[in-house]
Amino acid sequence: MRTEDIISKILFLCASFSAVIVFMITVFLLQEGVRMLNPSFLFGKTWSPHRELFGIFPTLVGTLCVVAGAVVIATAIGIPSAIFLSEFSPFWVRNIIKSSVELIVGIPSVVIGFFGLTVLVPFIRDNVGGRGESILAGWIVLAFMILPNLITIAEDSLRAVPRSYREASLALGATRWQTVRNVVLPSASSGIRAALVLGVGRAMGETMAVLMVVGNPETPWIPLGILDRVRMLTSTIAIEFSYAEWGSSHQYALFAIGVVLFFMVTALNFIATFVIRRKNIQ
Amino acid sequence: MKEAQKEKAVRGLLYVTVGLSIVILPIIVVWVIANGVGAISLGFLTGRPYRFEYGGIFPQIMGSIYLVSLCTLFGAPLGIASAIYLSEYASDNVVTRTVRFFTETLAGMPSIVIGLFGLEFLVYYLKLKTSLLAGAISLSFMMLPWTIRASEEAINVVPKEYREASLAMGATKWQTILRVVLPAAIPGIMTGVLLGMGKAIGETAVVWLTAGSGLEAFVPRTLKSPTGSLPMYIYLIATQGHTAEGLQNAFGASLVLLVMFLAMSVSALFIRNHYLRRLGS
Amino acid sequence: MSNTYMINGDAAAFSPRLALDKVVFKGFNLWYGDNHVLKDIDIAIKSNVVTAFMGPSGCGKSTLLRSIDRMNDIIPSCKTEGDVYIDGRNIYEPDEDVYELRKTVGMVFQKPNPFPMSIYDNIAYGPRLHKMASGEGLDKIVEESLRGAVLWDEVKDRLQENAFGLSGGQQQRVCIARALSINPDIILMDEPCSALDPIATIKIEALMRELKDKYTVVLVTHNLQQAARVSEMTAFMYIGEIIEFGATSDVFENPQNELTENYITGRFG
Repeated sequence: MRTEDIISKILFLCASFSAVIVFMITVFLLQEGVRMLNPSFLFGKTWSPHRELFGIFPTLVGTLCVVAGAVVIATAIGIPSAIFLSEFSPFWVRNIIKSSVELIVGIPSVVIGFFGLTVLVPFIRDNVGGRGESILAGWIVLAFMILPNLITIAEDSLRAVPRSYREASLALGATRWQTVRNVVLPSASSGIRAALVLGVGRAMGETMAVLMVVGNPETPWIPLGILDRVRMLTSTIAIEFSYAEWGSSHQYALFAIGVVLFFMVTALNFIATFVIRRKNIQ
Repeated sequence: MKEAQKEKAVRGLLYVTVGLSIVILPIIVVWVIANGVGAISLGFLTGRPYRFEYGGIFPQIMGSIYLVSLCTLFGAPLGIASAIYLSEYASDNVVTRTVRFFTETLAGMPSIVIGLFGLEFLVYYLKLKTSLLAGAISLSFMMLPWTIRASEEAINVVPKEYREASLAMGATKWQTILRVVLPAAIPGIMTGVLLGMGKAIGETAVVWLTAGSGLEAFVPRTLKSPTGSLPMYIYLIATQGHTAEGLQNAFGASLVLLVMFLAMSVSALFIRNHYLRRLGS
Repeated sequence: MSNTYMINGDAAAFSPRLALDKVVFKGFNLWYGDNHVLKDIDIAIKSNVVTAFMGPSGCGKSTLLRSIDRMNDIIPSCKTEGDVYIDGRNIYEPDEDVYELRKTVGMVFQKPNPFPMSIYDNIAYGPRLHKMASGEGLDKIVEESLRGAVLWDEVKDRLQENAFGLSGGQQQRVCIARALSINPDIILMDEPCSALDPIATIKIEALMRELKDKYTVVLVTHNLQQAARVSEMTAFMYIGEIIEFGATSDVFENPQNELTENYITGRFG
């Protein structure tokens, strides 16, 4: 009996570990970053560390532009693909495609960035215009990053719809597509919406692939077209931390960017897991 | 008639998008293999990098293997223990719901934020320097929630009847978990751990901030040695290399990384499918 | 109905009064949350007899069975009141060691639930757990247990094969052998044949009649014929209460309570 209690205590400590980590991340980030979190940081239009100017507004806008475009592209390809896989494809086709999609989930992002840099960027430069490193390149690369996950989760929620629903609709003389549109999609919609919100969060937090193709100008500006170069929140941290002096306001500003990222992504995850999924349960 | 036509149109559209996914998704794998095979030679796999973009990648390969092994050593037992607690001991109350919420939060945390935390807490605060140890621990923070999730799922699929049969034999809860539940859940847990390892080996931002510059010419000798890794190497050479040989090396390193990644995810999926088939019978 | 009495013949010759009280419930109540599942149970189960509990589903018969080895403890919302005595010892005393208790009480479940291991390891699970034997001693326990469950001759050449490869009836006998392996006094069977085909059922029933020579067998069943075929004593339960309890032949031939009579004649259930 005694050892049983000790074991359960030890296991509880292990389980609390991830909570402790998240708590510590919050504390440490805030401790370093909170002094920079003021309106001139969030809405300042100039980021220029050697002039002690730390405004992330252009970076924030750039990030949102890239993320929004990428999610739209990924949705346009991913959701119909998921519908096809779960509703219209023969079993063996689905198996092959699903397994290969699952294999690609989590493919090292640096490899995707490398592809973007070596193939996509020159292609855009030669055929579309600009320097090649651009919002457009960011869209494509990031869409690629979130696509496999989106397909997998969306397909899972479509398949979770009981077969009896489909049979009931088909038995009433509905076509396959009418059944999908009127019965299957509404039942799976909360799962799909959660997948999309999670995808937005993942896109926002993604660092390497995007960093390698969006250009990261020294002094970012608010983008005016899709061929403009931009900076991402994540890439700013990654590029500048190595030359930011420890203890300088530059370092605090980078941690403040971490705080902003942390809260945006956590809010999105919260919405996806607790608001959308809970609604589904009720 | 009109509905039937609509159905056809929709089907056509779906074929196009799924065709697009089928073409787009494997394109990078094919591209890396096509360009990378030429770069692979014994000298490249066993040599050291010199003058930035020349030479081989042996220290990077070993660095990546060390980082991932050490990260698994920290992350996997902790993750499995957490999953056991959450699925076998925890009743649904405020404490466990909080723990669950934080686990989900950690799962969604951008890797660069984890890297920042590792940099501040491990590298500076605990004075581990940018090192193998700091990198591996930071990676394990990233891997932890995935291991927890996968192990929890694997434990939950173990039929309740097994637990009852064991308890009815006079086994304690822990004996039951150790002798019946875990052996049955092992394939699922391994799938989760392998997928987590695949994530860790490809992770760049975290090791960039905590493990080392990436071009280290030596295999790490102590836990406090700065450690190069394949993703960092690829990033540096791809963005800052200037010569054809540099590009060639970036392709070679990408191929090696991809092979290691695919080895992990293929075996993960293989174990999972094999195991599911066995449970189904 | 008449042929069930025929089979019951030797049971009728048996006199339960000579047997000892093995398990005694005294004023026992059990709740799941607010749900009052067992109400004021007072009953004495005799040793070396098959006692059957029957009744419509949800009447609490399985819960009563699981009270004998305190398997209800697993359910967090479960509360009990009153006592259950085994050989005169109250097993609901706070200092009762439930793991020792469950060692002396074997249990067989509704669905055959062998572990995903070899036949040998299934049977050896309990003895290894309680460090009862190893090596040849363990081999002997495995053999005896399998003989006890009349399975030895069927599986002796494939002890190392996975237990899932056996038929449903064989799997259930593996589970019975597993229950026998820790040398219990009492064997609890919770609808052990409900997932089996008629031929496997006949074998298990024959086994139950054999087991009572060495063990006290408590059987829960919703199958009237089964209760009539294998048990000496029968209790009829309805919504958490014991409505009638007595020698099986009395309960079936001459039910005292209208509810029992309705159930036996198939008017509900």
